[in-house]
Amino acid sequence: MASTTLGIMRSVLDWASVTLDAPLARAVVFGVPIGGHYVVESLLGVAIIFLLLQKSYNPPKQPLTEKEVDELCDEWHPEPLIPPITEDMIYEPPVLESAAGPHVVINDKDIVNFASANYLGLIGHKKLMESCTAALEKYGVGSCGPRGFYGTIDVHLDCEDRISKFLGTPDSILYSYGLSTTFSAIPAFCKKGDIIVVDEGVHWGIQNGLHLSRSTVVYFKHNDMKSLENALEKITRENKRASKKRRYIVVEALYQNSGQIAPLDVIIKLKEKYRFRVLLDESNSFGVLGGSGRGLTEHYKIPVEKIDIITASMGHSLVTDGGFCTGNARVVDHQRLSSSGYVFSASLPPYLATAAITAIGILEENPNLITKLKKNVAFLWQGLANIEGLSIVSDPLSPLIFLKLTNSTGSFNKDLKLLKTIADRVLKEDSVLVVTSKRSIVDRCNFPAGLRVFISAAHSEYDLLKACESLKRVSASVLTGIN
Amino acid sequence: MITIPYTTALTTYFSYGLLFAFGQIRDFFRKIFDWFSTNGLQGYAPICLGLEDFYVRRLYLRIQDCFGRPIASAPDAWIDVVERYSNDYNKTLKRTSNTTRCLNLGSYNYLGFAASDEFCTPRVIDSLNQYSPSTCSSRVDGGTTVLHTALDESVARFVGKPAAIVFGMGYVTNSAILPVLIGKKGLIVSDSLNHNSIVKGAQGSGATVRVFQHNTPSHLEEVLREQITKGQPRTHRPWKKIIVVVEGIYSMEGELCKLPEIIAVCKKYKAYVYLDEAHSIGAVGKTGRGVCELLGVDTADVDIMMGTFTKSFGSCGGYIASSKEVIQYLKYTCPAHLYGTSISPPAAQQILSAIKVILGEDGSCRGAQKLAQIRENSNFFRSELIKMGFEVLGDNDSPVMPIMLYNPAKIPAFSRECLKQNVAIVTVAFPATPLLLARARICISAAHTKEDLTKALEVISRVGDLVGVKYFPAEPNKKEWQEKHVEGRAKLE
Repeated sequence: MASTTLGIMRSVLDWASVTLDAPLARAVVFGVPIGGHYVVESLLGVAIIFLLLQKSYNPPKQPLTEKEVDELCDEWHPEPLIPPITEDMIYEPPVLESAAGPHVVINDKDIVNFASANYLGLIGHKKLMESCTAALEKYGVGSCGPRGFYGTIDVHLDCEDRISKFLGTPDSILYSYGLSTTFSAIPAFCKKGDIIVVDEGVHWGIQNGLHLSRSTVVYFKHNDMKSLENALEKITRENKRASKKRRYIVVEALYQNSGQIAPLDVIIKLKEKYRFRVLLDESNSFGVLGGSGRGLTEHYKIPVEKIDIITASMGHSLVTDGGFCTGNARVVDHQRLSSSGYVFSASLPPYLATAAITAIGILEENPNLITKLKKNVAFLWQGLANIEGLSIVSDPLSPLIFLKLTNSTGSFNKDLKLLKTIADRVLKEDSVLVVTSKRSIVDRCNFPAGLRVFISAAHSEYDLLKACESLKRVSASVLTGIN
Repeated sequence: MITIPYTTALTTYFSYGLLFAFGQIRDFFRKIFDWFSTNGLQGYAPICLGLEDFYVRRLYLRIQDCFGRPIASAPDAWIDVVERYSNDYNKTLKRTSNTTRCLNLGSYNYLGFAASDEFCTPRVIDSLNQYSPSTCSSRVDGGTTVLHTALDESVARFVGKPAAIVFGMGYVTNSAILPVLIGKKGLIVSDSLNHNSIVKGAQGSGATVRVFQHNTPSHLEEVLREQITKGQPRTHRPWKKIIVVVEGIYSMEGELCKLPEIIAVCKKYKAYVYLDEAHSIGAVGKTGRGVCELLGVDTADVDIMMGTFTKSFGSCGGYIASSKEVIQYLKYTCPAHLYGTSISPPAAQQILSAIKVILGEDGSCRGAQKLAQIRENSNFFRSELIKMGFEVLGDNDSPVMPIMLYNPAKIPAFSRECLKQNVAIVTVAFPATPLLLARARICISAAHTKEDLTKALEVISRVGDLVGVKYFPAEPNKKEWQEKHVEGRAKLE
């Protein structure tokens, strides 16, 4: 059976090859004998070419007609520019009728002020006022131009020199606003593909800088060195190309969001082990930490050269405005043409630069200001240590005392409401101004809400005592029903 | 749109090519030297990778004496420019104690409030004594003084909006407001020449950003139509909202915004309008209320009005003016309001007093005089420059007038020659302008007298001849020339 089938097949094949061979049998073209398979192959070739030349299948394009576009545009309705205003959003801050010194006038009443980061108590200092007045008379108020275009006043250069001299760094650069310092400086150094390891508790200025830099950002747990080490280890191990990229650790010396102090000694060890650069924001620690107010590096007795980039706002202990960035000449010069907040913004009003120069001078001449501040901090810290219903989050050395609810209600807004009640009553009943922490919707920091108490060297023991007692009394009365 | 002559384009490209080639050769030798001298930074990537700072090292540093010249006086009509010298081929500049008195055509001192003023300065010093230079606190904590609330109200009244909010820095105003107003599912349609602060704000917001051709309402319409029909990328859902961002006067072009046309387009497509009046507020309009007043636009049609006080008001900071609800919302959530130090009280007083002078509430008519003066000065200066044959950008009434230089070598030549003849002029190059379109920029002030301007024109004309930047012939045979040469230019945006 099988053999017959095979026989038939064989004869069919023979027939086919004979028929196909026939037209060209023994044909010789240019001396090459041509077999029948060439016919088949050339037929196949023609078929392939034919298929290739065919248009591939394209769904018919149906562009929208003008009328349809008009209709779509008509149909589209935008959301309102802002969400509806709720009651939570309405908040009117206290309006001061005097300078924001240790005592202020609100509604004609004398209030003890714990809301200003006037850490050294320089607000209203005679020398400061004199130098500012002289500067206002000589230079006017604004500088009317960016630094590149005749907006560089000699006092700006003096101020940069003064800061460098005070901190012992080679060079520094002035920014015209504290908040813009970090978010301009970070994108100047980090670009897409670079790696930044950053504490999750950093303030919005840094967060925005990280976002604008488009670098790969890795967060580590707030002030947790184990977590930092894990992050660094993981990056170095997993990313083979990491050694070719710029790598930064970004931390705050004294966290604005929690009052904690960064353990710089450990950070330096880790930085050197894994070869990262460090950007340290000293906004709240400049003029506060260390024996002479030179900040966290002095506090830990670490040479300032070990930190690659230091930024700080001058709106706190220096009682002026603006910010600076300091480091080696290369770091500073690079910012002069690539830091957008420096290049594209009008420069700092000259009188504020003069104020910074004078404030540093006062700080250098009066180290007792820092001693006094430290004494005040210790005093209030002790006074508030066992306050009912609240617990201190901040470091014992921090002049920004941060109190959170011991038993949180679980929601940021509810906590905030409670704390606000305390702050309002403290202000109303005892004339003490303390503030709650505020959080913008664009801020990714998720720390619990808290009361913030800014201590100044100018507060008297009586002021501090008054604040302690008032906070204790009011928080007990507000929180007893709830906890 | 700037049309650049073909030969100029060619020589400019050639110049940059030459500079690039020499820079590369120098870099090559630098690398060899660096290879021998080991640095202690092994294991760290360099601070600048590859060609990131090539422009600075090899091009900018050679002419850095033309930028950032320090002055030792208020940025008034005449300034004391501090002399500098360099011992290392311009790599670093050292100050001397010598100064030269120069006519200032560089500062944004439009109304002449930069110098001490008989009305403003005494009040500013009073405020300093009363409130100190800083509040050391944000507006929501302890940083709101009586001055600040008065300023908010005064600004709102001045620009013609129901409410306003003031920030300590103009740059931050733009870059911190946009992220609050719009997020991931929104669209920002931005003019191609908008200021860097708007660009950064738009980037920071996470919204999709589309650009329309500079000051071209028809292209804006095209972009809006396309975007509304397409919707969000990938998901194709409709946009949550669209914000169109434009500037009143473009600082590098001197052009006025085509606001009425742009507003008409935005109204048709229900997009919100965000107007940055950094250079126009206080400087143009009959009573100094900016482009809206000048072009006859109702401020109710502009959803968000932004401006700065660094220019016409001679102070610092910026504002947002809008409806009461929007301002309330911004006060609740804008990071610059919640975290930034509030504007320095003396600076706030300067703005308050300047507004009073502009509105004539100081009991004199100095404000109106200043406004008339700047308009007259600007139009006079512009027409004279054009007559001389310079290529001047911008519109009438605008106090900003760029003179095109193009070639990189003409930047330092123009700047240094003018300074030699005691006229301080700003030259602008990359990164503030496109690489090819280097220019000198003149900012006219109400503080300039007729003699000042005549002197400046003489100097600029002389230097223009020397440097060769009179790209058009002088007035009498201009028309004829234009007809002949109009095809010989390449269009550049």
